[in-house]
Amino acid sequence: MESCFHCGEDCLEELITYNDKSFCCAGCKTVFEILNSNDLSYYYDLQEAPGISPKLQENKYEYLENAEIVDRLLEFDHERTQIVSFSIPSIHCSSCIWILENLHKLHDGVKSSQVDFPKKTIRLSFTAEEISLKNLVILLSRIGYEPNISLDNFEKKESEHDRSLIYKLGVAGFAFGNIMFLSFPEYFEINEFWLDQFKYLFRWLMFSFSLPVVFYSGKDYFISAYKGLRSGILNIDVPIALGIFVLFVRSTAEIVLDLGTGFFDSLSGLVFFLLLGKFFQQKTYSFLSFERDYKSYFPIAVTRISSEDEQIEEQVQVYKIRKGDTVLIRNEELIPMDAEILEGQANIDYSFVTGEADLVNKAEGDKVYAGGRQKGSIIKLKVLKPVEQSYLTELWSNEVFQKDRSFGFQSLTNRISKNFTIAVLSIAVLATTFWLFADPTKAWNVFTAVLIIACPCAIALAAPFTLGNLLRIFGKKGIYLKDASVIERMAAIDTVVFDKTGTITTTGQTTAEYEGLELSDKELQMLGGSLKASSHPLSRSLYSILQHHGIRTPDSYKEYVGAGIECDFEGNRIKIGSARFTGEIDSEEINNGKTAVHISSNEQYKGCFSFRNTYRKGMSGLFQQLSRDKYIIVLSGDNEGERDRLQSLLPVESGIHFNQKPGDKLEFIRQLQHGGRKVMMVGDGLNDAGALAQSEIGIAVSEDINVFSPACDGVMDASILSNLADYFQLAKKGVSIIQASFILSLVYNITGLAFAVTGNLMPVVAAILMPLSSISIVIFTTLATQILSKKLKK
Amino acid sequence: MSIIYMLLAISVVVAIIFFVAFIVSVRKGQYDDVYTPSVRMLFDDELVKSPKKENQPVNKEKFK
Repeated sequence: MESCFHCGEDCLEELITYNDKSFCCAGCKTVFEILNSNDLSYYYDLQEAPGISPKLQENKYEYLENAEIVDRLLEFDHERTQIVSFSIPSIHCSSCIWILENLHKLHDGVKSSQVDFPKKTIRLSFTAEEISLKNLVILLSRIGYEPNISLDNFEKKESEHDRSLIYKLGVAGFAFGNIMFLSFPEYFEINEFWLDQFKYLFRWLMFSFSLPVVFYSGKDYFISAYKGLRSGILNIDVPIALGIFVLFVRSTAEIVLDLGTGFFDSLSGLVFFLLLGKFFQQKTYSFLSFERDYKSYFPIAVTRISSEDEQIEEQVQVYKIRKGDTVLIRNEELIPMDAEILEGQANIDYSFVTGEADLVNKAEGDKVYAGGRQKGSIIKLKVLKPVEQSYLTELWSNEVFQKDRSFGFQSLTNRISKNFTIAVLSIAVLATTFWLFADPTKAWNVFTAVLIIACPCAIALAAPFTLGNLLRIFGKKGIYLKDASVIERMAAIDTVVFDKTGTITTTGQTTAEYEGLELSDKELQMLGGSLKASSHPLSRSLYSILQHHGIRTPDSYKEYVGAGIECDFEGNRIKIGSARFTGEIDSEEINNGKTAVHISSNEQYKGCFSFRNTYRKGMSGLFQQLSRDKYIIVLSGDNEGERDRLQSLLPVESGIHFNQKPGDKLEFIRQLQHGGRKVMMVGDGLNDAGALAQSEIGIAVSEDINVFSPACDGVMDASILSNLADYFQLAKKGVSIIQASFILSLVYNITGLAFAVTGNLMPVVAAILMPLSSISIVIFTTLATQILSKKLKK
Repeated sequence: MSIIYMLLAISVVVAIIFFVAFIVSVRKGQYDDVYTPSVRMLFDDELVKSPKKENQPVNKEKFK
């Protein structure tokens, strides 16, 4: 099998040879031609078969002629310079960067372009007089880089980077280095004349370097500790803030009263390491968004037919559509509002919204709901409810979308820190009381030393580094989690709820089973030819499923809307379509709720192809593995047609529920939670959005992680869904690593406390002990997680 | 030994210069995308080998 020179796919349907190279479709060939004729064929040298097959639909970008929409999309617009940013999900390799940054060679109107690879965005500077925004988008689409423009782009929210952590880390690192450097002479306590002369200057310099560390870099710890105390929680930040505060006060007092150098080095080092841990944990997948709602799914504009004159079509921004307007929806376009069909035959794919796999057929006068995708011909709709009030968008007003999910979950660190803080405070008080009687001059020293040395730097670092590492390991395998706390929550899950359609079944390939009289080779060839000519979605999918041994081109072709197609081949007639159309009146039209395509040859009914969902590979194994310590439930928006097959896959004690609407799923999860269960929801579409938000962890499964997925805690590549049980194991082991690190850091704390309670804490001891404990924890957690990930590979 | 005042002043000033340079670079967004520049950097060299330079001298400015 030849593979396409442009996109690397196998040339299944056709093989085009051009310039001694093979291409899988005309689109790929066109891209090659464009690039080749513009001296851009270096694209193919950078990476083998880097291309993306372009899928351009006519009229799709008409709305980019609307000045208001263009204005909203442009970031900058002044005379001959326009700047726009697009998200292009298909960016995937260095060739992509190269070609997109050389876009100016394809069109003079483009001035410059810059790709942000991790985010998969491009920022284009162009001259609108030479190339309009619409043509720019078409140019991108023609070479296979179709930008993703949705309603989300319309609401211009400046995605300002939150860089404050980098600044804080920079300040702390800068001060840490300089203070270490300045305190070096005093570590050795050399009573040298000149050093004694300069030590006051050195000390005050250290003091001034420590000011920004305490009051800028460390301020979050004070704020968090204050918030925690006010709501009655002793979180990990309480002992940290106490430690920082005591370090600062004691050090300042020491240099003011000329008692010693203080602990400015330990202070800045502590803050630096803590922030480093925070920074490490903050691994983000900038090309993914975990907060998406219907807006990134909805189009920015629709075609409206102005009511005064039925003939004029105009592109209108969806928010401007009012009740009573007439809109046009073309093939593959999304219906953004609740409406009534005025004209045309609607075949609507609601799978994303309701979870039902079958196309819904609606005729004139029927109501259609927002969120469906039209397949087939153009339909004309009358708007009943505008976007904001439609059935789908109302789901988002549910309070689950407002609440912060991590709230209420007590992390392991915070659970430990409560006992830890109480223990430290009591040791401090006991030791101080002892010294008040034994040697009152030492009491202050001991009290502060205990609080300093007990500052749980290592404990605070254990979780960020372990979870941060695991987050990266998960990411490499194909599970992209929103933040590190998800892993900790994952370890506590005892119930896993799966959505059926699109989650445990594949979205793309379905299989078709043929029932009826055997078809001859000739009939099969005719069938292939007829299906190829039809644009109906069922014909397309059947065509791609069937094995072809040559096809015949029909002499005549007729399509009956809502019924089927009729083709003539040299006197033979083949009819493909509904049961009634093919003359099989008494067949069970319901067919157990299955979607079927019926065939008749020369007015004789032959049989039908019924479509079936294919389950992803390894599902049964996954369920078996999970069921060892978890309860499994499958929720489906579909009808009961698949119950038997599903039951054979699942362990006996699991639950299966059909006909679940989005709201039902949400409520179902809530009921489980009331029963004390910790639920993970695995879903894929907008219909699961409520359940994903309600559950402890919502994981969205996607065959292409770059395309839309609803708001969730993690996005998972569908190909690794069968390994889900392994990741549960990994999360659990991660929590054990954190526990082990706690023990390790307690050893350090106890050693330090031995110095502290006896009143012998020298600054140099603190300066050694603190970084040592932090670094050893970092090394321990890193090694442990690495070993875990190695094991996972096997 | 009063030279130490001078040395200290210099060391602190140098440190602050680097610190300010760091802050400025963060503020300008140099740390927002730490991957693409590493790839982009390699294109310039590769382009020289590419045959198309004959008809069109490459304008390096454009690759910024």
